[in-house]
Amino acid sequence: MSSAEAELPIESRVHYLNADYGIKSWLLTTDHKRIGLMYLVSITFFFCFGGVAATLMRLNLLEPQGLLVEPETYNKLFSMHGIIMVFFFLIPSIPAVLGNFLIPMMIGARDVAFPRLNLLSWYVFMTGGLLTLYAVIAGGVDTGWTFYTPLSTQYSNTHVMAAAAGIFIAGFSSILTGMNFVVTIHKMRAPGLSWFRLPLFIWAMYATSIIFILGTPVIAISLVLIALERWFHVGIFDPALGGDPILFQHMFWFYSHPAVYVMILPSMGVVSELITTFSRKKIFGYHFIAFSSIAIAAIGFLVWGHHMFVSGQSIYAGLVFSALSFAVAIPSAVKVFNWTATLYKGSISYDAPMLYALGFIGLFTIGGLTGLYLSTLAIDQHVHATYFVVAHFHYIMVGGAVMGYLGGIHYWWPKISGRMYPDGWARVAAIIIFVGFNLTFFPQFILGYLGMPRRYAVYPAEYHTLNVVSTAGASILGLGYVIPLIYLIWSMRYGREAGPNPWHATGLEWTTASPPPPHNFEETPVVTEEPYSYDRLAEEIQVA
Amino acid sequence: MHNSNSVVAEQFDDRIQQHEASNLGMWIFLATEIMFFGGLFTGYTIYRNLYTSGFETASHLLNAKLGAFNTAVLICSSLTMALAVHAAQTGKRKKLIAYLLSTMSLGLVFIYIKFILEWHHDYLEGLAPGLHFTYAGPHARHVELFFCFYFVMTGVHALHMIVGEGVLAVLLVMAWRGRFSTEKYNPIEMMGLYWHFVDIVWIFLFPLLYLLGARF
Repeated sequence: MSSAEAELPIESRVHYLNADYGIKSWLLTTDHKRIGLMYLVSITFFFCFGGVAATLMRLNLLEPQGLLVEPETYNKLFSMHGIIMVFFFLIPSIPAVLGNFLIPMMIGARDVAFPRLNLLSWYVFMTGGLLTLYAVIAGGVDTGWTFYTPLSTQYSNTHVMAAAAGIFIAGFSSILTGMNFVVTIHKMRAPGLSWFRLPLFIWAMYATSIIFILGTPVIAISLVLIALERWFHVGIFDPALGGDPILFQHMFWFYSHPAVYVMILPSMGVVSELITTFSRKKIFGYHFIAFSSIAIAAIGFLVWGHHMFVSGQSIYAGLVFSALSFAVAIPSAVKVFNWTATLYKGSISYDAPMLYALGFIGLFTIGGLTGLYLSTLAIDQHVHATYFVVAHFHYIMVGGAVMGYLGGIHYWWPKISGRMYPDGWARVAAIIIFVGFNLTFFPQFILGYLGMPRRYAVYPAEYHTLNVVSTAGASILGLGYVIPLIYLIWSMRYGREAGPNPWHATGLEWTTASPPPPHNFEETPVVTEEPYSYDRLAEEIQVA
Repeated sequence: MHNSNSVVAEQFDDRIQQHEASNLGMWIFLATEIMFFGGLFTGYTIYRNLYTSGFETASHLLNAKLGAFNTAVLICSSLTMALAVHAAQTGKRKKLIAYLLSTMSLGLVFIYIKFILEWHHDYLEGLAPGLHFTYAGPHARHVELFFCFYFVMTGVHALHMIVGEGVLAVLLVMAWRGRFSTEKYNPIEMMGLYWHFVDIVWIFLFPLLYLLGARF
């Protein structure tokens, strides 16, 4: 596209949002950008559901005796919160929304390798999601998101089957998406875009896709085995036949621990982009960041046993898994050090996306370091299944993954919608979320260390104060989530036009119009330089 | 929108890129399949080591001759599938149709033997856990566990066979209508990869399930 054409007002130009109208043009689209937006709406919907469950839980915990609900209902609330947030919000969040929207544009392609498969993934995802919602509405599930046997196979009288089927189906959406991304990144790159010229977001998405491909089928077969055991009352996890329930835990965590990296790796990719853009500096240690993504994906497959230190697995297995869990901290720390080194002597601007990125670095570091506490056998004995664990993984999943997701949404929103959001509100929301988050979850570290177990509807009175603080924080956090929802929707109509490159960022996605034309680029771009060449860009801006 | 004569989809630059992309996609899909079956194979291996004699006893209850015959049937079907791919690449429509038909028929023979001669028979013998299990000989619990694995593993495999038959039927109709050419034979090639994969799974299943312990 000629630059003159890209400068035209949004309404007078053909782009992916106005190229076609009507509900059919969305439901039958194969445009990766539209599919990304459909995921955005869908997972926001699921996020609200999961959020309501969390709100009710926090309200219940305002009083030691339980303020609101019966213990059975509480079990269903935390199960629903976990299942929906993990499988229907966090796992698809960045990959399915930003990955779909950005991967083809970042590599200079017209679309993903298999556009129809991409649309199918969304339908598969929605089928799984709606089935799970049915399970929730029909009466809920009380097994937790982990579906441990024999509770899930023999004792639970709730809608385990519908929820498991929903997750099984949604898993195929992950598999198809991962497959599509790997092939796209391998085969669709623009001329000149060699592997080490790729944006680090692409490396992160590649590592994530590998986990989708190799991990998801294992939870699929585990859920099939649960279904067979529930239906026919015989199965390979049934101790009556000599089967071992621990085998289910192994199979479950073989997927579900790498799934944690599915949640955090894409956020790390986003943060790599944000840090370098808003420091106006070439990223420090490009190769280290790129390979640390792959290392996290690879080592991440070998640490699942650290969820089972007290489940009866052998002490030697525990030792090995403990050591490997320490090992996975190394590539994670490599990233953190590289980001901070990039910030060093950068010319930093505190736009809203950057606030999320900086928040991410701090919160992820706390979450990661407490992960090392938990992978130490002796400490895990003490804090296993307490609020310490809850706080730890929320620092990774909310403080890490969700902060990265929101940072990414704010960074690429001008590209997605073509318009800017009110910057002041965005900064205020980012700070509210940061404060609310810490107020919610930091007290839970202390609660866990003092011995409060997770998953109970009631607790001894000595934990009262910290629980009240946590609930107060949660209400601030909730408010922080509502504000972006309002101003982002508002900006789609009333925001000022962003232009092709509002952040003066490098990367192919910023060379095309906002919103991009239906096939992203008028002509295939040719890449002739290293990524993140902000030194050169700074000179150009000074000249201009 | 690309027109129906075009063999290159709009997101690709040329036929080579499209061909490489679909090939890679299929191999990745097969990798996910390996992980899917891998969960079952892992569980099987663990219990087989724990309950060696129980699993041997159970294995002897299976009809190894039918299993061996079915193995031969599947290997032949892999041959006809490979010939179908070759016929497609060289643009021989009649041969393509003939080989696709023979692949489908051999697949149906396999499914018939599996469903009617083996599973149905096992059910009548009281070897079907959860439905009709009456075996009360030595190691009864571990025999039942073995049969859980047997039915799940061969069942999931048979499901893949049935899906394969369905796709083959679609490809057969397309071949009949002359949709393939030396320019466009990719779907046949992908089907070939899938079919060989399903065969290979059986090549592993047969000795693991049917040939435990000294028998002949």
